[in-house]
Amino acid sequence: MKYLDEYRDGRVARKIVDEINRVQTKPWVIMEVCGGQTHSIVKNGIDYLLPAGVELVHGPGCPVCVTPLEMIDKAHAIARMPDVIFCSFGDMLRVPGSVGDLFTIKSEGGDVRVVYSPLDCIKIARTNPDRKVVFFAIGFETTAPANAMLAWRAKQEGVKNISLLVSHVLVPPALVAILQSSQNRVQGFLGPGHVCAVMGYEEYEPISARFHAPIVITGFEPLDILQGTLMTIRQLETERAEVENEYSRILNRDGNKAAQDLVFRVFEVGDRKWRGIGIIPRSGYHLRPEFHEHDAEKLFDVAQIDTREPEICISGEILRGIKKPKDCPAFGTACTPQHPLGATMVSAEGACAAYYAYGRHLKKEEVDVPTHSVGAAS
Amino acid sequence: MCLAIPGKVIDAFDQHGMRMAKVQFGGIVREACLEYVPDTKVGEYVLVHVGFAISKVDEEEAARTYQLLEEMDQLTELLSPVVDEKGNEEDTR
Ligand code: SF4
Repeated sequence: MKYLDEYRDGRVARKIVDEINRVQTKPWVIMEVCGGQTHSIVKNGIDYLLPAGVELVHGPGCPVCVTPLEMIDKAHAIARMPDVIFCSFGDMLRVPGSVGDLFTIKSEGGDVRVVYSPLDCIKIARTNPDRKVVFFAIGFETTAPANAMLAWRAKQEGVKNISLLVSHVLVPPALVAILQSSQNRVQGFLGPGHVCAVMGYEEYEPISARFHAPIVITGFEPLDILQGTLMTIRQLETERAEVENEYSRILNRDGNKAAQDLVFRVFEVGDRKWRGIGIIPRSGYHLRPEFHEHDAEKLFDVAQIDTREPEICISGEILRGIKKPKDCPAFGTACTPQHPLGATMVSAEGACAAYYAYGRHLKKEEVDVPTHSVGAAS
Repeated sequence: MCLAIPGKVIDAFDQHGMRMAKVQFGGIVREACLEYVPDTKVGEYVLVHVGFAISKVDEEEAARTYQLLEEMDQLTELLSPVVDEKGNEEDTR
């Protein structure tokens, strides 16, 4: 397809990089918020194409990564119960808790099922009326409409044996937490495209104004990321701080109103703990009181489990843009995707896992020259 | 898991009072809920995340994004089991 080739054409990338070189006069630190963007940046070596003065740091936008260990342990305790069918997105299966993961629980006889859509849980619950179906409802705003629909349908249809273990997180409060930190280095953001496809970007405007930080809502394709970076630098260089939309072919300021409407009927905003970061005020969704009969945290008496991350792990600083995976002495040695020690290694979208997947734990001479479209053009 | 995957709506129907569709992603066809983009017609392209269409896309955008997701190994959720109406798992492959 012609358009496809043009879009991926290295010359277009080179043009944007040249323009970045032209407008950039001071050093800038820009954070990409979404884990999908992190993955794309590391895979395509986009950070290597940028001038030395422009540093991309990797944000907290990987829902699997930021799900707290306590919550994972809670999920595992419920999944081990004999009358429970525990349903989860596939990404959570290999995430280790204090003891084992969902995959091992399944191999030991627990009824753990991977679902594609939260709605699959309704079918499973109907067929198994004598069992309790529990769904691990994790995600950012992109996933909230799907998870909200499960709670909504379960209540509407009176499917009593469904509950949700909710660990939902929200992007804007995390940006505030990063900007408020005394150690903060981030000066501008590439905002999360698919999150904003659902939520729009109005709520980012007061954050941008209050902290005088540009936020450019950006897609995850290599050219999107370069273009979003250029737009952010243009703002920084001219001392503007606005929300701009690089991804207008997918989303507008309002987002998807129908999806937001159901999300707000089912969920309310409350405090949430983030793995590696800690509690961020009003940073997550919880089920509204009307849905408490479908709230797994209310239904299952799981003792509060005390968990601790290994001391060596700096994922909290990585998630806030203060450090990079290579600053961690365990990176690629004691900590690998097979044996993750911390938040940013547990999912492919985490910064440590992305660096590892594309060979950044290896020494320079061991790394193949990247052969991807963007880098090859330079 | 936070990226939505573009696909082509090849059938749209009502089921249990919900607008649903069959959506084709490369060689894989999966069901998706259309409640959040209810005016979607057969032949149009949508971005689908965990079984829910969240916005429409045009054909070129869909083709390009799908290929990039494939290169990034971000399509595994499409291979998760299909749960039939009786709550049993069918084989997807
Ligand atoms: S490499 Fe592992 S231990 Fe080090 S910061 Fe990343 S997740 Fe933590």
